[in-house]
Amino acid sequence: MKSRTIKVDNLARVEGEGALRIRIEKDKVADVKFVIFEPPRFFEALLRGRHYSEGPDITARICGICPIAYMMSAAHALEDALGIQVGGPLRALRRLIYCGEWIESHALHIYLLHAPDFLGYEDAIQMAKDHPAAVQRGLELKKIGNEIVTLLGGREIHPINPCVGGFYKTPSKKELRPLAERLKWGREAALETVRFAAQLPFPDFERDYEFVALRHPGEYPFNEGRLVSNKGLDIAVSEFDDHFAEEHAAHSTSLRAEHKGHGAYHVGPLARYNLNFDRLSALAQEAARAAAPAPQCRNPFQSIIVRSVETVWACDEALRIIEQYEPPDQPAVEIQPRAGTGHGCTEAPRGILYHRYTLDERGLIANAKIVPPTSQNQKIIEEDLRHFLPDRLHLPIDKLTWQCEQAIRNYDPCISCSCHFLRLHIDRE
Amino acid sequence: MPQAQKPKLAVWKFASCDGCQLSLLDCEDELLAVAGAMEIAHFLEASRAVVKGPYDLSLVEGSITTPHDAERIHKVRRASKFLLTIGACATAGGIQALRNFKDVKELAKIVYPTPEYIETLNKSTPIADHVFVDFELRGCPINKAQLVEALCAFLNGRKLHAPTYSVCLECKRRGNVCVMVAQGAPCLGPVTQTGCGAICPSYNRPCYGCFGPKETPNTASLSQWWGRHGMPEDQVVRQFRGFNAYAEAFRRESEAHEK
Repeated sequence: MKSRTIKVDNLARVEGEGALRIRIEKDKVADVKFVIFEPPRFFEALLRGRHYSEGPDITARICGICPIAYMMSAAHALEDALGIQVGGPLRALRRLIYCGEWIESHALHIYLLHAPDFLGYEDAIQMAKDHPAAVQRGLELKKIGNEIVTLLGGREIHPINPCVGGFYKTPSKKELRPLAERLKWGREAALETVRFAAQLPFPDFERDYEFVALRHPGEYPFNEGRLVSNKGLDIAVSEFDDHFAEEHAAHSTSLRAEHKGHGAYHVGPLARYNLNFDRLSALAQEAARAAAPAPQCRNPFQSIIVRSVETVWACDEALRIIEQYEPPDQPAVEIQPRAGTGHGCTEAPRGILYHRYTLDERGLIANAKIVPPTSQNQKIIEEDLRHFLPDRLHLPIDKLTWQCEQAIRNYDPCISCSCHFLRLHIDRE
Repeated sequence: MPQAQKPKLAVWKFASCDGCQLSLLDCEDELLAVAGAMEIAHFLEASRAVVKGPYDLSLVEGSITTPHDAERIHKVRRASKFLLTIGACATAGGIQALRNFKDVKELAKIVYPTPEYIETLNKSTPIADHVFVDFELRGCPINKAQLVEALCAFLNGRKLHAPTYSVCLECKRRGNVCVMVAQGAPCLGPVTQTGCGAICPSYNRPCYGCFGPKETPNTASLSQWWGRHGMPEDQVVRQFRGFNAYAEAFRRESEAHEK
């Protein structure tokens, strides 16, 4: 056997369209390409000439899985450009709706997209035949996340209520109360999820990543903080462009980011966990210590445990916000349009999402830049495969292909975001 | 008698955000029942298992924006007995149809450092511009209840149905105070098809038209009212250029206000 090709033309259980092509020559991995061929949609260009108030609604349409992340990054970047700050109960409500999106997105990925790989099922529907309680738990947990987003946002996909400055309408204390009961069940289900994830079979695979995430002085990060890494990075969000660059590979409709002078970096649940373990709630920390390497975890396959821990935290945080909530006087901060440039970076379920806007004096967008988490993880995914494959080349092709897919799904890649679906080609001749 | 085979369901994606197909996974209470009543034969967002066609029901999400997809949609149509388009991208071209009013080469230069790598069509077009569509569900995103109703109707051999009247009727039924009359807010409700639940006015904001034009919309009259409230022409254009910008009625109205 001299060389062969592993091909996956349409990667499943990811959001969007991508493919994988691996070429193996003389039993060595010669090339790995994680190909994104999602049709380009030109969002940054289409935003030019639009009013700042349309920013969150339009960018939400980049991704149906994490619209809140887009709305939050857009709102914070535009507020930075407009010179306003959103605090108090409005800030708390933004964290609450983000908790909803994390719970919904993590439950979807843990139970419907990722767990079937570990247990050897093609999908969660087949898995449900043998593990009905687990799949039901996942669906119910997902539903709770969606209920939070629906109550605060108007609907679960492309919510209509968040806006630059806050919200169009804020809930009463009474409206939030039923969520608390649901979240108490959710928190127990999330703890059960951590136990479920911990007993899955994990390959022995660790790498020395550069993790990049937001870090806030007192909180597990959502909307604010400095960008930090385990390799010495510590910058304001506004310095993002000085430290990170995007390149355009010929095989892709997505741009791939790298940390200038350092190369590939890792964003998402594992990065947040490694950089912010001390900011998790006591309950989430306790659950983590019993289930995964804590406070550091460098096995990307164990990201499924980390997502579960973050789900515990998100339920805890949502409950805390609801308990302390006092309705604000105004649903949104008042805004006077002005010219300026603003930056925003928030923690989407899949990792940091950076937006930058320049506005003219009428409040129209002159320039926009968006760097989604999956385009930041693209290089790391390829590097993981290069390291993961050599010990497994003896496997039959279908098994090897599936394991490669699983390694990609560790990152919950959202290809629609990075613009974009997955095909796996493993070339061996 | 042998048990009848379950109808085969396929879900297809073209240029989109994945949100409309996610609506199926968001049917947390109905998902396993749907999987019991139908064979999920092709649904890549949910499963790596792919069963060969033909398919009894195909849900198609997304718009046609590349030469490859313009070919692929014909293959999907040939493999499908009943084709249901889901969402504003599939029914009207989606937000990415804003390119249809511009030069796509210029857009590619703005976003990509090496625009030569990008293969794309000048226009983002709805599925019905390419193949026969049996039924469409509007919305950005679609309404889950409308999707479940469509699946039930299909499974029970009933005719698929979705109301085509305006958001205003639903908004009145919800007992909302009209945001346009009371606040002067530029609401697209009078010309937009119902189906969302009139959520925007229920949250104190004007409708932004994500279900596209209702049947026989009087867009010219609505723009006139906005004009009387002092809305500049360029804002009228933006109002109609949202998630259904390339739907006929909205397209014509926005073009009428462009200098």
